[in-house]
Amino acid sequence: MSTLIINNLYAEVEEKEILKGINLEIKGGETHAIMGPNGTGKSTLASVIMGHPKYKITKGEILLDGKNVLKMTVDERSRAGLFLGMQHPSEVPGVTNSDFIKTAVNARLEDGKSVSLFKFIRQLDHAVTDLKMDEDLPHRYLNEGFSGGEKKRNEILQMKMLNPKIAILDEIDSGLDVDALKIVGENVTKMKNDDLGLLLITHYQRLLDYIKADKVHVMMKGKIVKSGGLEIIKRIDTEGYDWIKKELGIEDARVIEEEEQKRFMLGSCATKDALGL
Amino acid sequence: MSEKTKQDIKNIIGDYKFGFETETTSVLDTGKGINEEVVREISKIKGEPKWMTDFRVESYHHFMKKPNPTWGPDLSELNFDEITYYIKPSDKSENNWEDVPEEIKETFEKLGIPEAEQKFLAGVSTQFESEVVYHSTIKELEDQGVIFTDTDTALREYPELLKEYFSKIVPYRDNKYAALNSAVWSGGSFIYVPKGVHVEKPLQSYFRINSEQMGQFERTLIIVDEGASLNYVEGCTAPVYTKSSLHAAIVEIFVKKGGYCRYSTVQNWANNIINLVTKRALVEEDAHMEWIDGNIGSKINMKYPACILKGDRAKGTTISIAFAGEGMNQDTGAKMIHIGKNTTSKIISKSMSAKGGRTNYRGLIHHTKSAIGAKSNVECDTIILDDISVSDTLPYNIVKNNQAQVQHEATVSKVSEEQLFYLMSRGLTKEQATEMIIMGFIEPFAKELPMEYAVELNQLIKLEMEGSIG
Repeated sequence: MSTLIINNLYAEVEEKEILKGINLEIKGGETHAIMGPNGTGKSTLASVIMGHPKYKITKGEILLDGKNVLKMTVDERSRAGLFLGMQHPSEVPGVTNSDFIKTAVNARLEDGKSVSLFKFIRQLDHAVTDLKMDEDLPHRYLNEGFSGGEKKRNEILQMKMLNPKIAILDEIDSGLDVDALKIVGENVTKMKNDDLGLLLITHYQRLLDYIKADKVHVMMKGKIVKSGGLEIIKRIDTEGYDWIKKELGIEDARVIEEEEQKRFMLGSCATKDALGL
Repeated sequence: MSEKTKQDIKNIIGDYKFGFETETTSVLDTGKGINEEVVREISKIKGEPKWMTDFRVESYHHFMKKPNPTWGPDLSELNFDEITYYIKPSDKSENNWEDVPEEIKETFEKLGIPEAEQKFLAGVSTQFESEVVYHSTIKELEDQGVIFTDTDTALREYPELLKEYFSKIVPYRDNKYAALNSAVWSGGSFIYVPKGVHVEKPLQSYFRINSEQMGQFERTLIIVDEGASLNYVEGCTAPVYTKSSLHAAIVEIFVKKGGYCRYSTVQNWANNIINLVTKRALVEEDAHMEWIDGNIGSKINMKYPACILKGDRAKGTTISIAFAGEGMNQDTGAKMIHIGKNTTSKIISKSMSAKGGRTNYRGLIHHTKSAIGAKSNVECDTIILDDISVSDTLPYNIVKNNQAQVQHEATVSKVSEEQLFYLMSRGLTKEQATEMIIMGFIEPFAKELPMEYAVELNQLIKLEMEGSIG
């Protein structure tokens, strides 16, 4: 059983402080949900745990089973058992889904070893069927031309194949219709076991209808301002976040002006000008 | 990169990366430098007809008059007096593998050209230095009337056919290096596919330079007759030397009415070779020409495969990649000249530069007055792997009628941080992730290559990229 501990974590992007003292502990077998309005730092927290180079940690620590996560590179974090199901997974043209997943599976094995191709294909086929994805999905280029829902399912597919110890799902419900949400929910629920610690990040309670959470945290102004059980979800569902703001005397919960998602895809919309060449 | 991968690459490409040289006894060479006597001597050794001797001499004089191009990479480092223009490594062309001299065979083995490939390939013609030393064509092709031989032999055995097409789309006046090639050419492939004949398996040929300071000037002529089809693969690799060596080739292709020709190359000259190649195809009514052009080697490379779309509805395609590493300048592109009505062309160019290398896409789309309804589509994508490497895109589009469509898309990017983060978040190291992104980038090219070429290409690019990720 693994434990992820976040202690008094502060992080900034371009000298703007976004995380302002996060404390959180997730144990194997537990499911936590972080909720909150837009721009309160939820996705930043997810990215920081995984080690996105954009963010600078100014204070605090993250420990996975006592090991200093902040000292690990992104790939080391993954191999140590962390997984981030992303809100906006990148498209990688020319790289097939199955090649990518196979490389990721092999990255977990001892140097030079690789998974048996037969076993891998069987496992991948099962996962594709479970997620009710197109059969040709393994042969398509990674996320290229995928619909929003397909991209999200593809994240869950990778989670199934990689078997993480601690999985963070960042707004896995956005872009999913009810049917897709149900499939994703069922698959994640099926993966739950005493070893897997889950952290769900979402705006809406509807995801939590499909994946039951044990603990709920509300994030505002880059901090966890409220923690509790399912009763919080129900109240958010009916009343929104205003009651919490009122309770805590917060007027504006945001730390980020706009959900800035400045991404560019290789070979699609990057221009010389954008690079200042 | 792990030791195992390194070993795998070594097994595939042999000692190439480090350069090697086989001791060979040349039967004849013309010494260093060029003058009219040298040109006449080459023609005499080959026992050529008068018209070819005259053609060579005329070409030579044109070469001497013509200055270097005023655009593109600087070629002033070429010293024409230091180049050997003709070496004949063995007395005659062989068509039996067993008869090929042992030391020459060894070199080919080091280059990883296995005999087993012959089973897969319809025919293998291997050029060593200036003369074709090994050549075979399987019987079924001969029975269909397909001619696959070296150009010297073609001049002796099919003089009429050769004379009809030779230098008709690349005249010696075309450019300085076309003139040089015309003066001192030796070897190259000659292919004739008769009307309606489909050559199902790819025909393949390997070329190689082995003597320091030796220019290789092969001349390829391909004729695909009406309704016929051909898939031709040319590969070339060369050992590493300290002084610059010159490769100036000409490829002329005629695709007749309703014919189809695909010409694939992965050019992997050593990084001290200056590669100046004129490649041009004349495409007639309803015919289709495809250039699959890979450029991962050479010090300076200037190569712009062209299609002259003469017939109505003729089609031209060029899919190319260029990789420029340390000290390399890849000045490559494509040309599409639309003459016939409703002709179409498509250019996909992918280039990468790393470790201070430079890639330039230089392309021409020309719709003439008569090319009513013609369409062109150009896509050029570039990846720059670090801050010291350079890339430029220089497209020239000329449209002389008002019913044309020309589309040009160009992108220049670095390996994106988001992509790297995504792949690394699944456990891939930075090196693995970058490699995967690059391999994906060139996939549109690699998938067009025969399997073993695609594998070799991937390995070579991985090797070239080594140390460029930090």
